[in-house]
Amino acid sequence: MAEAAIELIGINKSFGAVRANRDINLEIAPGTIHGIIGENGAGKSTLMSILYGFYQADSGEIRVGGKPTAIRTPNDAIAVGIGMVHQHFMLVENFSVLENIILGAEGEALLNTSISKARSELRRLEREYGLEVDPDAVIEELPVGLQQRVEILKALYRGAEILILDEPTGVLTPAEADHLFRILQQLKEQGKTVVLITHKLREIMAITDTVSVMRQGTMVATRKTNETTVEELAELMVGRRVLLRVEKGEAQPGGVKLSVKNLTVKDSRGVTMVDNVSFDVRAGEIVGIAGVAGNGQSELIEAIAGTRRAVSGTVTLDGQPIDVTGIADPGELRDRGLAHVPEDRHHVGLVLAFEENENSILGYHDKPEYLNGPFLNIEAIRNDAREKIQKYDIRPNDCRLKTANFSGGNQQKIVLAREIEQDPGVLIVGQPTRGVDVGAIEFIHKRLIAMRDQGKAVLLISVELDEIRSLSDCILVMFAGRVVGERGPDAGEGELGLLMAGVESKEAAE
Amino acid sequence: MSTPYAKLPRWADYGLIPIINLAVAFFVAGLVVMLVGENPLRAAEILVQGAFGNGQNIAYTLFYATNFIFTGLAVAVAFHCGLFNIGGEGQAYIAGLGVALVCLAFDSVLPWWATFPLAILASAAVGALWALIPAYLLAKRGSHIVITTIMFNFIAASAMVYLLVDVLKPAGSMAPQTRDFLPGAQLPKLGWLLEMFGMTVRSAPLNISFLLALVMAFLVWVLIWRTKLGYEMRTYGFSPKAARYAGISEARIIIITMMVSGALAGMMALNPIMGDQHRVQLDFVTGAGFVGIAVALMGRSHPAGIVPAAILFGVLYQGGAELAFDMPAISRDMIVIIQGLVILFAGALEHMFRPAIQTLFASVSPGSVGVTVVKGEGA
Repeated sequence: MAEAAIELIGINKSFGAVRANRDINLEIAPGTIHGIIGENGAGKSTLMSILYGFYQADSGEIRVGGKPTAIRTPNDAIAVGIGMVHQHFMLVENFSVLENIILGAEGEALLNTSISKARSELRRLEREYGLEVDPDAVIEELPVGLQQRVEILKALYRGAEILILDEPTGVLTPAEADHLFRILQQLKEQGKTVVLITHKLREIMAITDTVSVMRQGTMVATRKTNETTVEELAELMVGRRVLLRVEKGEAQPGGVKLSVKNLTVKDSRGVTMVDNVSFDVRAGEIVGIAGVAGNGQSELIEAIAGTRRAVSGTVTLDGQPIDVTGIADPGELRDRGLAHVPEDRHHVGLVLAFEENENSILGYHDKPEYLNGPFLNIEAIRNDAREKIQKYDIRPNDCRLKTANFSGGNQQKIVLAREIEQDPGVLIVGQPTRGVDVGAIEFIHKRLIAMRDQGKAVLLISVELDEIRSLSDCILVMFAGRVVGERGPDAGEGELGLLMAGVESKEAAE
Repeated sequence: MSTPYAKLPRWADYGLIPIINLAVAFFVAGLVVMLVGENPLRAAEILVQGAFGNGQNIAYTLFYATNFIFTGLAVAVAFHCGLFNIGGEGQAYIAGLGVALVCLAFDSVLPWWATFPLAILASAAVGALWALIPAYLLAKRGSHIVITTIMFNFIAASAMVYLLVDVLKPAGSMAPQTRDFLPGAQLPKLGWLLEMFGMTVRSAPLNISFLLALVMAFLVWVLIWRTKLGYEMRTYGFSPKAARYAGISEARIIIITMMVSGALAGMMALNPIMGDQHRVQLDFVTGAGFVGIAVALMGRSHPAGIVPAAILFGVLYQGGAELAFDMPAISRDMIVIIQGLVILFAGALEHMFRPAIQTLFASVSPGSVGVTVVKGEGA
């Protein structure tokens, strides 16, 4: 067997008292696609950041192509042929593709020579790997899938032989993800080595040759992909058996709780984000809105929940109108029984600097049971928070701990506990399991189903198609601000994927 | 990307780190003193003696600290709501007008204990109104609060010059100041407090507004951490988006917070006017509004930090004056440099030593450090 492309030996990394990586050994064979899978906080990103020179390991050795190598900065990593495509793209939005590619490798003071050099190099890469992209297009005008391609090109332009991709499919439609996988296959055939970090088991099974599983900072197993199963990997990740798909009974829809008619919403630049959208949510059903991020789902739920002004349209809650174009106030809507779990729990749903108990009353801090006149009833608030911690198994069990110190899954449970325990008639949930580990996903899904079975109306927005499909009783697909399709819960993934990509781009998706 | 970190115990967070920062600030200040050819240890001795050497000096230190407690609290309250109130100077200055009007109207008819509450209300009201205008402009028009409050400092300064020269000055007087107040508008001194410990205070101006400042520090703590209003202020301060989500009115919370902040800054005027000079003079604020920013920064916007920070700056003011007097090579400007170094290390470079100390704590006793992880979105 050839020398390993990358070998990590005994890598340790601590942040203060937190041991993010413990004695990690990893060998990545050249010319393969190697998956690294694990829950959030398992240490995947830390490990890759060490490999790419963002962090220094406390101890341990990195060998690239058999040679011990010190990687202190990303430049060192690039010099030994390691390239990285980040989860959040590192592109200058208003630069062209070419300008982004030469960024940091400009060469001389005048740009024209390096630009023309980059242009011919780009053509060569295009030919070799099928990575077509217009070199003069401005980044912000490109769809996400193409932006990602630019990131890959950036790495290849710098001579990357080993490409690390961190959660690359989070922002892609299923069709775009398939295209990405084809590109990765092609890279592999050309002898490149690909390291794929993900928490999606399906992707691992679909594309990798070898998979390594991390849990709580340690490397728990490495398997040949064709010798393992999804169930085994999930169990290795979490450390116990998990239910990958929630079980639920038949929905018993009742009367209409939330009705949206001809809703149109524009963003701050005046671009229409939600275009004449109408739908109903009935008691006892979950309506899921599928779509690639950025197609208006966020603006839609914000407008309904009163945190964003709509331009036109009507929304009624229990038959009574919500003044979505005027003075709809989230506080008033809460009183009327509309709870909202926002997509962005870090900046909207929670105040991370607050103690847990302070967050467990956010939005409900006007309720008399939490107050003594103008003063907060600290005792009542903390007791209430402790009850929710028990009921939702929020860990650690400490209502005085700063919210930022809870893991993503537990933070999300704090928000859900707060909103669900107020017993709302309608629950709007945005990305309930984004950045949440597998164990907590199971818990959250069960809670949402339980809400439905109690006869509540649930409106669910998620970019995870699997989540939409397993929870919803009715699926709406949004594309470019419009609802382009309505399907039942048994709609096929391919069908929904095409709808998510927009009907007109059907050929492009092929 | 995940950024795990270890949490420090509270005593290290609020005690050890500020002390280390302060020590470094004085060390660098010592180097500056050496540079001008004086003995830094001797300078430190004079500074400390000047601030604490006898009852008189202590009383002066606390008199200055009183000003800084008020202005520090003003900055801190606004800061909890995410607002940077640079206008404490102007709010305090214009509040002098409120104090003046009450004192001039009632000093001949009421005793001090009746005038004082009226003057407190007047100073707070005028300070609050002066802060209301920038607050309104921010809430309704989005004008940047830093710019508008700075501008309002200039407007306040000019308005007070006009009032003192053309309106409040007694006829025939050559000085741009009000007439002297009668005893009905003079606050009792607190010298007896220090004299109880056997110190001699003589004429130092420490007065009961120091006690008022301490009461306000407590009330600010109650406001911020124990009331619904404070909860809403902090929510908005940490995350305006979360505040909107929670149904908190942005305009309302900005305006109320700025008015509370302006009222606290305004109360600063009581100390020099009713406690010391017994008249309103030009420029009686003498920069206390700006020092309040440093005090709030150093006190980490917590009353329990602001009071000691204010006393520290009182020490620098009082001890610094003695130092400039005793060591001719050290001018008044050198004292400003030392103050600047304190602000730099204690405020601006707050996080310089934190990572090292966290690592130290984690390695010495992992148990004392809350094992905590902060996670970002994604993996």
